[in-house]
Amino acid sequence: MGILSVHLTLKNERLNHPNPRSDSRKFRMSSLSPDSPLTMHGQDAHATAHPAAPEKGSSLGRDAWYRLQKNYLAMASLWFFVAVVIVCFFLPLAPGIPDPNVTHPDLQSMPAFSAATSMEGTEVYYLLGSDHLGRDIFSRMLYGGRVSLAVGFLATIVSLTIGVVYGAVSGFVGGRTDAAMMRIVDILYALPFMIIVIILTTYFGNKLWLLFVCIGAVEWLTMSRIVRGQVRSLKGQEFVDAARSLGLSNWHIIRRHLIPNTVGPVIIYTTLTVPAVMRLEAILSFLGLGVQPPDASWGALIKEGADRMASDPGLLVYPAIIFGATLFSLNFLGDGLRDALDPKSSKD
Amino acid sequence: METLRYVVSRFLQSLFALLCIITITFFLARLAPGGPFLDEKAVPEHLIEQMKRNYGFDKPLPVQYGLYLGRLVQGDLGPSLGNKGFTVNEVIAEGFPVSFMLGISGLIIALLIGVPVGVVAAAKRNTAVDYSLMAFTMLGICLPTFVIAPLLGEIFGLKLGWFDVALWENSSAWFLGAVTLGLYYSAYIARLTRGSMLDVLSQDFIRTARAKGVAPVKVLFKHAFRGGITPVVAYLGPALAGLIGGSFVVETVFGLPGLGQHFIKAATNRDYWLINGTVTVFAVLILVMNFLVDVLQGWLDPRTRSNK
Repeated sequence: MGILSVHLTLKNERLNHPNPRSDSRKFRMSSLSPDSPLTMHGQDAHATAHPAAPEKGSSLGRDAWYRLQKNYLAMASLWFFVAVVIVCFFLPLAPGIPDPNVTHPDLQSMPAFSAATSMEGTEVYYLLGSDHLGRDIFSRMLYGGRVSLAVGFLATIVSLTIGVVYGAVSGFVGGRTDAAMMRIVDILYALPFMIIVIILTTYFGNKLWLLFVCIGAVEWLTMSRIVRGQVRSLKGQEFVDAARSLGLSNWHIIRRHLIPNTVGPVIIYTTLTVPAVMRLEAILSFLGLGVQPPDASWGALIKEGADRMASDPGLLVYPAIIFGATLFSLNFLGDGLRDALDPKSSKD
Repeated sequence: METLRYVVSRFLQSLFALLCIITITFFLARLAPGGPFLDEKAVPEHLIEQMKRNYGFDKPLPVQYGLYLGRLVQGDLGPSLGNKGFTVNEVIAEGFPVSFMLGISGLIIALLIGVPVGVVAAAKRNTAVDYSLMAFTMLGICLPTFVIAPLLGEIFGLKLGWFDVALWENSSAWFLGAVTLGLYYSAYIARLTRGSMLDVLSQDFIRTARAKGVAPVKVLFKHAFRGGITPVVAYLGPALAGLIGGSFVVETVFGLPGLGQHFIKAATNRDYWLINGTVTVFAVLILVMNFLVDVLQGWLDPRTRSNK
């Protein structure tokens, strides 16, 4: 069953991740915090813990951040991704960026770094050249990036919400309800995803918010399985019994005690869901079902580029590079986060 | 006996899943706005009424659903509303072999590349070989099919002229398509194989075997391989489902007459029976694959047989 959560089982030891035991202080401190998942793996570090003086506590998140910082590839990916997001969302607000949908019929397929004056007498400067309608490729990539990233984030949030709540409830309730809920997930797994998304997007129109919901609605399955597994293993632990003996309601226990403890795996899988969702959106746009022209997403731009590859390779190459690099960085970041948040998975 | 019970219960589950899928697609299509008889030209009301009567769309939905299931059991998928004069069976019989061939050859290529790469990377863990192989697989995952497909077409089809780049009959275009599909999944399978091989290789029985002096190659293939390959087998089901979606892209790029374009057109034009028929055929294919995978997995790893 866990096998289907392919992303999580893909280990990446070759990254020069930090050895979790190289810094015994950090590790020891993390193992002292009572409800951190790390305590499960940290018994041996526990044994060596002899705090001489009261030290400042270190939270799980801080430890993870510390380990992540030592992983140069993951950090580079993180900064690259942040840079891409900032550039795509804020650079178009700058005054010099041309409108991505303005056409210049007389300035078709201009080369990169070229300045020209259009028929109407407006000065245009093409940083990465223009397409077959004289639109600025650089500007289209920025606006396309907005759409692709927005779909990636929002659809992931949708899938995250459904998956976490569903998995937590299923794992917590257990018994027949759990079996039935997981059977439903099994059945949905057997559905051809692509086909469902195609049906949903064509049936209910090409509205952008619908794209988020459609993709999110089919991407929550793995998340729910991961959360369920986590919750099931946490449920039997003492702090849950303690919470229950204090008379807390089930929903309160799920919300305040179980879900926060699943944060590690959820963060890791979320980082890996964003590129998966972006890929799905790109495929849909490629098939002409996602974003509708003249609006662009990276997938739609790649589609346009692929159609005119022979005459103007830049149209394909630029969006493909930025798209590939973004997915690359997200995947590396996800692997790095796994190493940072779950040191056990990267030992050996 | 136990094995038989396991197989039968898995089979019944698959049948139930199939029924669910058919039901969902049927009602989803009907609840969606729009209909198959909308045209750019205004069609007179009475004509639409008559067409609806002809196709039985005037009856209440549950009755239509029952009738559809009845025909489905007999293997009749109904007429295609979008391709006048063709039945859905004919349309699918034409397009399905293309998609199926693409998907299966893609899967075979993915396994042929992915499994050996994963095993080698695991055996040479943390060496330059491992690093470079894994970097390549990451590249394969991040460069989407729809980038690789046009590039392969451009290089091998147009520049080198080794393969045709379009059309199906007597053509080698499908080979490029299958390679495109296979490359992406081979990257996934390689990473999966490596991860699970590493898990198995760190277990006690492997250490015992090594301590007894079994040759490293024999440890790898005789002792570790069977356990290490199990997650890959389990992945075959979802992989096939993904390959079908991917084949839609590849068909678009190389102009192959598979089911992909038919399906998208059918969904856009509300060609009810063609949508339902295509989904049913794909669902059967995926469920059969999942069923085989489950049985094969039970054989490879007896622990998975119990229904926990």
